[in-house]
Amino acid sequence: MRRVVITGAGTINPLGPDVATTFAAMREGRCGIGPLDIRDVDRLTIQIGAQIKDYDQATHFNRQQLVLYDRFTQFALLAARQAIAQSGLEFSGALADQSGVVLGTSGGGLTTQDENYRAVYEEGKNRVHPFIVPRLMNNAAASHVSIEWNLRGPTFTVATACASSNHAMGQAFNMVRSGMSQVMITGGSEAMLCFGGIKAWEGLRVMSKDGCRPFCATRNGMVQGEGAAVYVFEDYEHAKARGAQILCEVAGFAMSSDASDIVTPSKQGAARAIAGAVKDAKTSVDQIGYINAHGTGTAANDKTECAAVADVFGRHADKVLISSTKSMHGHLIGGTGAVELLACIMALREGVIAPTIGYQEADPQCALDVVANTAREAKVDVTLSNAFAFGGLNAVIALRKFS
Amino acid sequence: MSIKEQVVAIIADQAMVEPADVQPDHTLEDLGIDSLGLVESIFAIEETFDITVPFNANAPTESDFDISSVAAIIAAVEMLKQEQAK
Repeated sequence: MRRVVITGAGTINPLGPDVATTFAAMREGRCGIGPLDIRDVDRLTIQIGAQIKDYDQATHFNRQQLVLYDRFTQFALLAARQAIAQSGLEFSGALADQSGVVLGTSGGGLTTQDENYRAVYEEGKNRVHPFIVPRLMNNAAASHVSIEWNLRGPTFTVATACASSNHAMGQAFNMVRSGMSQVMITGGSEAMLCFGGIKAWEGLRVMSKDGCRPFCATRNGMVQGEGAAVYVFEDYEHAKARGAQILCEVAGFAMSSDASDIVTPSKQGAARAIAGAVKDAKTSVDQIGYINAHGTGTAANDKTECAAVADVFGRHADKVLISSTKSMHGHLIGGTGAVELLACIMALREGVIAPTIGYQEADPQCALDVVANTAREAKVDVTLSNAFAFGGLNAVIALRKFS
Repeated sequence: MSIKEQVVAIIADQAMVEPADVQPDHTLEDLGIDSLGLVESIFAIEETFDITVPFNANAPTESDFDISSVAAIIAAVEMLKQEQAK
């Protein structure tokens, strides 16, 4: 078994167009949620979201690229560009042949689908642009990252709703750990803030009209966001040999299925994934300093997640710090685990715990230290990042400070 | 603009060259337009002229729509417009 380290990180999300800006926003507890600026927003019941503002696609990509890049692909490429640049890697020869890309997404090119359906159904058009299929397919982002950086090894997309990114990063981790690949590009991307995307979520009646307040007694639902984060996972020996900067170690990963209900979360399923990740990292709960919660802000998730953490951590549950950064960047669905891993990296590298903002009132069913409203300094050696998806699919990643 | 000028403009746009640089005897290959560029050009032609171009990317030479040169494409579009007018 090889050790796996992260040697590059990149992001574009509602808190900023890169890692440094995102860290600053998380430290300050800045909120990226606001009024949605999308077509037909007046027909939506839910009119807030965490959109990436001031984004002009034409400044990043040329016209030939844009006809092929849905918004979720654009975000993935921008995040990958930063991560690979930071790693200093160039892919050729044998390294290129075994290095690949595993990205998470849930909706894929949903905006492309939405616009295309609008054209044929609402506008009655009988002709569509020839590239609708290559734009909307869920693997478009992974394929374009592969094409752009000559990554010729195992490349695919993982779609497990809100756990997509964590499942993707878990795959990449195990591929490097097993020796199958020395380098994997991994993370996730999502861009479903369009009329049809929000309208579908409205139907579930789990969305908040005023904000995302995880673990708070007054919480009333989730708020959707968009964006991507991408990382370079690398064999430690490979990274060491080339003198790469190491951001942290990927210590463990576990996944489980509730096998119970298609939407209602299960404490036991979540607990098995959390305990599994701790065990896989060959550590113990008293060593975990911070948990980036799934923390969606729904009634069901937050109390179930807290109960699962309490079960696994036992008497250490009062000591571990836990927060949900979805209060700031919203729920990025298939990209959320990737962006949230940044909060874990910040905790390990900078000793700063990103807060759960908007927190007003304690909920006895969420009686953990949720780092309310303002960031906190803490020395942290190991972190967990939780993701619990609709469909009952759970995936938890453990990171360790590199020393 | 005439049909010829409009077709040349579409092809020039796809090839990222000036319309004046598109010659009648040019093939799409000469202009650096690949298979994706071809289907995009056909889409643009259909949208511009409100016609349906009988073209199957699986068997481009068997299609009634001749794409062997810029002049052939212009002639094919002119024929489709004439048929539409009947």
